[in-house]
Amino acid sequence: MTRARSSRSILPGFGLSLGFTLAYLGLIVLVPLSAAFLRTAGMSWHDFVAAVASPRVIAAYRLSFGASLAAGFVNMVFGLIVAWVLVRYSFPGKRIVDALVDLPFALPTAVAGIALTSLYSPNGWIGRWLAPLGIRVAFTWTGVFIALTFIGLPFVVRTVQPVLQELEPEIEEAASTLGANRRQTVIRILLPELLPSLLTGFALAFARALGEYGSVVFISGNMPMKTEIVPLLIITKLEQYDYRGATAIAVVMLVSSFVLLLLINLLQKWSRRFHTI
Amino acid sequence: MAPAVPAPHATRPPFGARPARSELPRATRDPAWARWALTGAALAFLAFFLVLPLVVVFAQAFSKGGAYFLAAIREPDALAAIRLTLLTVAIVVPANVVFGIAAAWAIAKFRFPGKSLLTTLIDLPFAVSPVISGLVYVLVFGAQGWLGPWLIAHNIRIIFAVPGIVLATAFVTFPFVARELIPLMQAQGTDEEYSAVTLGANGWQTFWRVTLPNIRWGLFYGVILCNARAMGEFGAVSVVSGHIRGETNTMPLHVEILYNEYNIAGAFAVASLLALLAIATLVIKSIVEWRQTRTA
Repeated sequence: MTRARSSRSILPGFGLSLGFTLAYLGLIVLVPLSAAFLRTAGMSWHDFVAAVASPRVIAAYRLSFGASLAAGFVNMVFGLIVAWVLVRYSFPGKRIVDALVDLPFALPTAVAGIALTSLYSPNGWIGRWLAPLGIRVAFTWTGVFIALTFIGLPFVVRTVQPVLQELEPEIEEAASTLGANRRQTVIRILLPELLPSLLTGFALAFARALGEYGSVVFISGNMPMKTEIVPLLIITKLEQYDYRGATAIAVVMLVSSFVLLLLINLLQKWSRRFHTI
Repeated sequence: MAPAVPAPHATRPPFGARPARSELPRATRDPAWARWALTGAALAFLAFFLVLPLVVVFAQAFSKGGAYFLAAIREPDALAAIRLTLLTVAIVVPANVVFGIAAAWAIAKFRFPGKSLLTTLIDLPFAVSPVISGLVYVLVFGAQGWLGPWLIAHNIRIIFAVPGIVLATAFVTFPFVARELIPLMQAQGTDEEYSAVTLGANGWQTFWRVTLPNIRWGLFYGVILCNARAMGEFGAVSVVSGHIRGETNTMPLHVEILYNEYNIAGAFAVASLLALLAIATLVIKSIVEWRQTRTA
């Protein structure tokens, strides 16, 4: 476009704004992040494997990835239900409920952590009803799962909600006219249409849960091999002055996050293509 | 009261705008039992995961009475933590606002190669675990880090001191303002700025008189989100702070210390201030969103 190309000469400030952006991005984000990769590059392969694949670290990966997957899955199911209810139905207090969905984004993670621990500890408001049934939540795998579910809650709701809002009622009317009952319409028409955004929300919640620290450390009990998440293990290694070990695990987590980020970008492209048709 | 003939598509309002359920066409209406079951499931899920944790914060904060609550938040270490949190926010938020505006101006108003890569890199801190965000600064500025020996020789402390806390917070809140402004300024285009420049305004006049009034709500929204995260950041700050009471403890770190000392009521008293901040953030966010849909 000729107009856009000429913009370079008409509007001022390109050099200043881009220069500042790149300098600030470099200093705050890129240089420190590269420090982690360069530090690990100085390790021998043998040391690296020993640091990232010891039994204690493997147990932490298993807990972090497993609980994050489970939490992401629960959020996918309930996030869809919440988004559906918020878009399609009306009930008193709907606007407040809608605003409340963002609470896990706004509430500091340490506050969420101590609040959840207090609720689910054996004498807490919820824990005291579960204790007689033999269900322990605080200081177990379930506690980690509960905290990660809390932290990932808004993602699926907020990715599915706009798609559901823009969905044309015509496609459901057409399905109904052609003889589909409501269940068939939901399963064959609506769910496939919502699938890309559901998966995007799931991946976002999963990625957030993998790195989460504050809301988990209080409720998890932090027992090595049992309830020790990967971010906590990184902190433990740092406190023992094992900088190389901490950095090696951090690099494994960073690479996982970047792969997830790539996947999320691809999913979003897919979902956008779905909706321009 | 459903209309016999469906209205033409162009005049049909979106779902949210429909006045009442009874006017929804039959085909998009769920049976009553499904409506009740789904609404019940959604509200129960949200009550357990959102409402109860929020309520328990305030219940615990006042569990030993109002006097204890006031004493807990007026104690010198708590006040020092509040001051440090406010100081951090006072540095980080303006820095990220200037960055966000500069990045959005460059990305939205000009064309250059590598733009989508730059946009992805700006979002990068969201993909990084808070703990790792703190760790990378230790690797640069810590005693064993790149600049460690030089900093020690010149007696400059960054890690386990306030500058480290500010840097780690800046990293974690880095994308908030930029990612609100970039899509907004892209959607607004450059026509108004062209007119201003053509009529003789210089760059700063164009920015202050034309661009800034256009983006003020988006900017405000970004600042609110950035502020909430900056005040509440825990993991990243925990790694770089050193946890020195009264000196390098922010409010979330102070909450952790009190909690680990089994001063539960005290921990929740300070936590309730942070929870109030979260509620205020959500209220302001809803108002700004409501305004935006109104003006749109």
